[in-house]
Amino acid sequence: MKSNSSQIARVIHIIATILIWSVAVIVIGVLIAIMVFILIKGLPHVTWSFLTEIPRNMGKEGGISSAIVGTLLLTVVAVLIALPFGIGTAYYLAEYTRGGIIPRIIRFGAESLAGIPSIVYGLFGFIFFVVTLDLGWSILAGGLTMALMILPTVIRTSEEAILSVPKIYREVSFSLGATKWQTIRLAVTPSAIRGIANGVILSVGRCVAETAAVMLTAGSALRMASSLFSPTRTMAVHFYMLATEGTSMENAYGTAAILIILIFLINVVANMLVDRFVSKRTVNR
Amino acid sequence: MKSVKGDFSGKVFFVLALSSILALVVITVFILMKGLPLIAEVGLFKFIFSTTWAPGQGEYGIGAMILGSVIVTLGAAVIGVPIGICCSIFMAEMAPERMRKIFRPAIQLLAGIPSVVYGFWGLVFVVPFIREHLGGSGYSILAGSVVLAIMILPTIISISEVSIIALPRTYKEGALALGMTHWQTIYSVQLPAAKSGIVAAVILGIGRAIGETMAVIMVLGNAVIIPKSIIDPVRTLTTNIGIEMGYATGKHQEALFATGIVLFVVIMALNITAQYITRKKVKK
Repeated sequence: MKSNSSQIARVIHIIATILIWSVAVIVIGVLIAIMVFILIKGLPHVTWSFLTEIPRNMGKEGGISSAIVGTLLLTVVAVLIALPFGIGTAYYLAEYTRGGIIPRIIRFGAESLAGIPSIVYGLFGFIFFVVTLDLGWSILAGGLTMALMILPTVIRTSEEAILSVPKIYREVSFSLGATKWQTIRLAVTPSAIRGIANGVILSVGRCVAETAAVMLTAGSALRMASSLFSPTRTMAVHFYMLATEGTSMENAYGTAAILIILIFLINVVANMLVDRFVSKRTVNR
Repeated sequence: MKSVKGDFSGKVFFVLALSSILALVVITVFILMKGLPLIAEVGLFKFIFSTTWAPGQGEYGIGAMILGSVIVTLGAAVIGVPIGICCSIFMAEMAPERMRKIFRPAIQLLAGIPSVVYGFWGLVFVVPFIREHLGGSGYSILAGSVVLAIMILPTIISISEVSIIALPRTYKEGALALGMTHWQTIYSVQLPAAKSGIVAAVILGIGRAIGETMAVIMVLGNAVIIPKSIIDPVRTLTTNIGIEMGYATGKHQEALFATGIVLFVVIMALNITAQYITRKKVKK
């Protein structure tokens, strides 16, 4: 009797293992295949002129240089604005509080911001930055909206980085007579900087990938931006427009391929930062 | 240590730290300010339950879109959650080290891919597939659910995987020592123990699915109708905003903000639930 039931368990184990193996390998394989397919279709269209020429004829011809510049400027604005607030919040949460109601409220704010859908950020950015502050559809309005969206990411990754700095660093620093600020600046930050940089890289990825919020706040102008107050079209928005309006499938594939490569590079850099960060920490212990 | 309290830097960091909660308040206030007057004018009940959306005639009912959001998201969960949990078990317990080394960064990469790329894949692959094999135009609930399921997989896989890996080794060792098979250990010890993490992963995935806009605009067909089957087109709350925000003015624009309020409330409820579950886990 006993050996019988354990035999059944054995059979179930084998069936479950085969099932999970096949589901996982097929699904993850399909996911990777989707990306490879788009790369194969898109890469032939990625030429030097595609990268450096301005879109002509609504994006049917020409390249995507203005979208590249627009994406770059918008991302820089978003990161520069979110960084001081995000890192400041992380330092406050990690170094200056030990529980209590205020940090809980701040954490609630950050976690809630992380969950708000991008289209709602788009609505807010439109009514607040574009209309109320009268920035118009512009790189600045889009960048400010994206700054709010990436704030939770910057906070979370920076806080993790700061908390992972060994306690002994702070204790030694204090015992040498350093103030709190000196300790943070000279003992904690140098060890946490890679983790913080990782958060920044992830935020850049989100800015590059975002469509809905950017479209409602930065507009969809095809011309080259002349200042931060110019409207622009980021690569993701450009790709969306090309694909949905059926303007040019070749250029859509090309733009998608560039987006995927960009996100890939961003991930590689982020992983490098984390790996070094982790190995450094283990050596320190 | 005496300088800690009077330290000027602490005050600066405190002020910076207020940014997140301030942002949340300002976002809430502005969305409410712009959308609530219309809800008050139409009447909350009528706004939510009426299925007539005709901004030209001053008819604002989002009932069909709420239904659309619910069905498409449920579909995504039905497809995505079991597959996601299977993949996370695979990654945490079964995958050989070398495979794991390739799959883990791949999943991380997939989580960062712009949602419009997934939508595009749906447009090029899923929609024609449905059109040829199941009939209809192909732009449908099914297409939207498949695209969303694929999109939320990376989220569900990575968070569930972490919550399985984070379990104390002794759980697994104890179960194996009692003579359980590996699968029995996974099924009756590890999965129940990691339940709260997996539930949080599912809620986050569902939140992402409800909030997604551009990818589903590309494959849903966007008709404001009560669907009769899963190959009918449908419009969701997010796509309603995404499609019409570009040209809406006046009352019509306010109605889109009102749609945003409904979306906002649903998402906040989901988030607070997820936060509550994760916090309970930490306490435990």
